[in-house]
Amino acid sequence: MIEVKGLRKNFGELDILKGIDTTVEKGEKVVVIGPSGSGKSTFLRCLNRLEKPDAGSVIFDGTDLTRASEKQLNKVREKMGMVFQHFNLFPHLTIRGNLTVAPVKLRLMSREEADSRAMEMLKKVGLEQKADSYPNMLSGGQKQRIAIARALVMDPEVILFDEPTSALDPEMVGEVLSLMKQLAAEGMTMVVVTHEMGFAREVASRVMFMENGLIAEENEPDKFFGSPESPRLREFLSKVL
Amino acid sequence: MDAFLQKLYETFIVDDRWKYLTEGLKTTLVITFFAVLLGMVIGFLVAVIRSTHDMTGKMKVLNFISKIYLTVIRGTPVMVQLLIIYYVIFSSVRIDKTFVGILAFGINSGAYVAEIVRSGIMSIDRGQFEAGASLGMNYPKTMLWIIMPQAFKTVLPALANECIVLLKETSVAGYIALEDLTKGGDIIRSVTYEAFLPLIAVALIYLIMVVGLSTLVGKLERRLKRSDRG
Repeated sequence: MIEVKGLRKNFGELDILKGIDTTVEKGEKVVVIGPSGSGKSTFLRCLNRLEKPDAGSVIFDGTDLTRASEKQLNKVREKMGMVFQHFNLFPHLTIRGNLTVAPVKLRLMSREEADSRAMEMLKKVGLEQKADSYPNMLSGGQKQRIAIARALVMDPEVILFDEPTSALDPEMVGEVLSLMKQLAAEGMTMVVVTHEMGFAREVASRVMFMENGLIAEENEPDKFFGSPESPRLREFLSKVL
Repeated sequence: MDAFLQKLYETFIVDDRWKYLTEGLKTTLVITFFAVLLGMVIGFLVAVIRSTHDMTGKMKVLNFISKIYLTVIRGTPVMVQLLIIYYVIFSSVRIDKTFVGILAFGINSGAYVAEIVRSGIMSIDRGQFEAGASLGMNYPKTMLWIIMPQAFKTVLPALANECIVLLKETSVAGYIALEDLTKGGDIIRSVTYEAFLPLIAVALIYLIMVVGLSTLVGKLERRLKRSDRG
């Protein structure tokens, strides 16, 4: 579904990604972990080209995003949801407005279709009573669940999660993770950058360890956590587990 | 006391001289209103061009033109701009002076509005653009539906203040013989040889309008703050 080849990205002098090769298959749940500054978030943001790679390619359903026109890129993004660390809900719109603005303004749905789909997704994340509230009236955990619902309204083929629980108070992490687990169980393709090792172990079909702009090791979670190969991963795991 | 009443009578009542003030006020309000509209249109366009260029690197030519516009307009007095538009640009055509006034003050105000709105756009978190983009919305759609409503709310008080400034600035319109409020008072002065009453009256009318508008802006600001706290 997503094919990444020789992906490189640098910010000025700083090489953030030094050649990433990997493939995400349909239905896979890829969890990306690694120390901060290792390039995990940049990697994720290159997948929907919020960051423009300097070299290499990202091919999504046959479209090379590094060469795609603006129009193609936006079409692809409709099918690639993204959930941000800081939620990035639209503060001037109600929750319903947050969920419906994109499908309505992109003319993918009529206002009525979008409204009913939004309610459906709000039910799914358990916040249908918040449809007419504004984002600043919600808790962090609720905001992130709304952000997930906003991605789901577009009926995406894959959702990218950029540290979805890092900005949350500890007691709110659980509700977001359990929603993500539910999505995973329903077969959603997911790429998740996170520090939640428990989530990685339980949900991932593959865990990827990034270090210094490269994928240092990737494996299914049992082997990844049970018998890590590289000394650097062993050291990292010993610190975080 | 009688002397004062006599002066009042001579200044405002004889020959219906008060009409210079009411007619002048009408002209001032018409010029201000349409100049504000024109200024908003120009200002928003220039602000979008400038911030689009800053964020995406596109619109190089338009950005260059906008920069020249901002530099020239903000670097020269509004009165000189008014004189140039009337005596140089429209020198050979017969044209309604009120229209010239609207054009001059609107073009002038647009430059200030542009910088106000641009600061509003730049104050919106980058994450908002990214959220819009991640949903497949292109830059213009994100700008229109996500960024602008938030930026507008942020700069609304500053924009309202710009309107107040503009109202006062139109008082130089008399330099192209436009009979606005200020000119109206000055005409009375020149026929009665009495400066105090007509000019104080003019000042009072401006003051009342400005204080009234400022109060409204203050109310607006408080209301916006309240809705922010939600």
